[in-house]
Amino acid sequence: MTVRRIQGSEVEYGIAVQGQPQANPMIAATHVVNAYAAAHGLTRRAQWDYEEESPLRDARGFDLSREAADPSQLTDEDLGLANIILTNGARLYVDHAHPEYSSPEVTTPLDVVRWERAGEHVMRRGAELAAQISGVAPIMLYKNNVDNKGASYGSHENYLMRRDVPFVQIIRHLTPFFASRAIICGAGRVGQQQDGSVHAFQLSQRADYLEEQVGLETTLKRPIINTRDEPHADPKKYRRLHVIVGDANLADVSIFLKHGTTSLVLAMIEDEFLVDEEVELADPVAAVHTISHDPTLRATVELADGRRLTALDLQWFYLEKARAYVDKLGDDDPEPEQTTAVLDRWESVLTRLGRDPFACSREIDWVAKLSLLEQYRERDGLEWDHAKLHLVDLQYHDIRRDKGLFYRLERAGRIERLVDDAAIESAVTAPPRDTRAYFRGRCLERFSSSVAAASWDSVIFDLPGHDSLQRVPMMEPLRGTAEHVETLFENSRDAGELFRAITGG
Amino acid sequence: MAEHQHKSTRKSAEETDEVAETTVDAERKEKLDDDVDSILDEIDDVLEENAEEFVRSFVQKGGE
Repeated sequence: MTVRRIQGSEVEYGIAVQGQPQANPMIAATHVVNAYAAAHGLTRRAQWDYEEESPLRDARGFDLSREAADPSQLTDEDLGLANIILTNGARLYVDHAHPEYSSPEVTTPLDVVRWERAGEHVMRRGAELAAQISGVAPIMLYKNNVDNKGASYGSHENYLMRRDVPFVQIIRHLTPFFASRAIICGAGRVGQQQDGSVHAFQLSQRADYLEEQVGLETTLKRPIINTRDEPHADPKKYRRLHVIVGDANLADVSIFLKHGTTSLVLAMIEDEFLVDEEVELADPVAAVHTISHDPTLRATVELADGRRLTALDLQWFYLEKARAYVDKLGDDDPEPEQTTAVLDRWESVLTRLGRDPFACSREIDWVAKLSLLEQYRERDGLEWDHAKLHLVDLQYHDIRRDKGLFYRLERAGRIERLVDDAAIESAVTAPPRDTRAYFRGRCLERFSSSVAAASWDSVIFDLPGHDSLQRVPMMEPLRGTAEHVETLFENSRDAGELFRAITGG
Repeated sequence: MAEHQHKSTRKSAEETDEVAETTVDAERKEKLDDDVDSILDEIDDVLEENAEEFVRSFVQKGGE
């Protein structure tokens, strides 16, 4: 495979209540989710089905005992917080103290852009609807990852991989790629160190919160390679690589490159294309920080063999490998157009970043943000500790159309689009057609009152004439697509008919 | 931000080139400056009031 791969993204949004800094964020987040559910006929809310979830299982082969786990790692116990499934196959819920949108499973980077950005619409709408509830003050949501005072919340990517690939190969080849990836998909941040105590710009929101090379944790001592092993699919066939190093991106090209280049590197790892020649960092965690802290892109990091390379050198290494890999594949690429688009864009961005990073201000979030910040610094003579620069940083991620600086830039034609508004708008309600998200989404759209619970890998029906709930497992992400089940939906007048058609009962 | 223009190495043409470039650059810079001013003006209008207070009160609980 190339850029075609089952993948998706999860974004935890920053949340604040206007004029009430002490407001309980869990309550505010619950308002957002519940208001969206109520307005979209999802009032009989299907419960999330946790049967297949095991957040404490480690890809290295052992289970962390519940007693040894930090309470913040227990995500599978229903805390009574809002948790719904949308007709586009996504999950909208409250995770810790943040509203989160987990996109439906898609198969290409461009579809990640489309359904992730649909999530921005969902969140914005949820906040607008919550503001109409009497007694609820306006809620502001930010698609970012830091408060610049020590707290970070995630924007995760998920990629399904072949189970038979040894995890040590993944760690080995992915680490230098992830350590240098911020130059093409960092979201930019004013402030260095977790608490922002060093007044300077850096490429990545997440970098300073990464403290280990490999590990299971996602809420503390965060690792570059996360070992959570919850495939939500046939575990003998698949592993789900849960990626926590990334920033919440707004720019289409940044999201596209992040998922496209990572998919290519994973394909090379699966096909053992990187084993003959590799780069190994002497100190991966230090490299993540060094690279993120240098917007000139000239800093070098040490390799295990003593050489020193820049982040650009590292990315060029992976790009050249990917070019060779795709050439070798030839006609076997199931997604040739997007693969070519990713490779060409990757090369073009690296070339321009090497010459003058500001040439990428229409595509890469950190460059777009830095460009704005530098203009303010020049016009108003501001130092990096100035509150106005911190505000520009924060408000870049505000998802209100009128207030969000990213949206302002985009509307002014200063940001390149890959997916138009109509496509995003339709993805707010429509599921992708080529994964099991289609089945899940259509079940919610057509028969939500008969769906008792659902999850990534199951839909549970509450049907008349059945004493017990009826669970339809969906362990294969490429089944339940429009091709498989669209006709069944057309021919079923109710959930019972659909269930009988599926089970042959 | 502008990409560097490739200069002619021919000695005789160099001076003329540079004059032309200067004019183009100056015009372009002016246009860019106007452009920058207009986007900053637009953003000035939507930035939250009292930046210091707003930024200070943005405190989040940690997530994943």
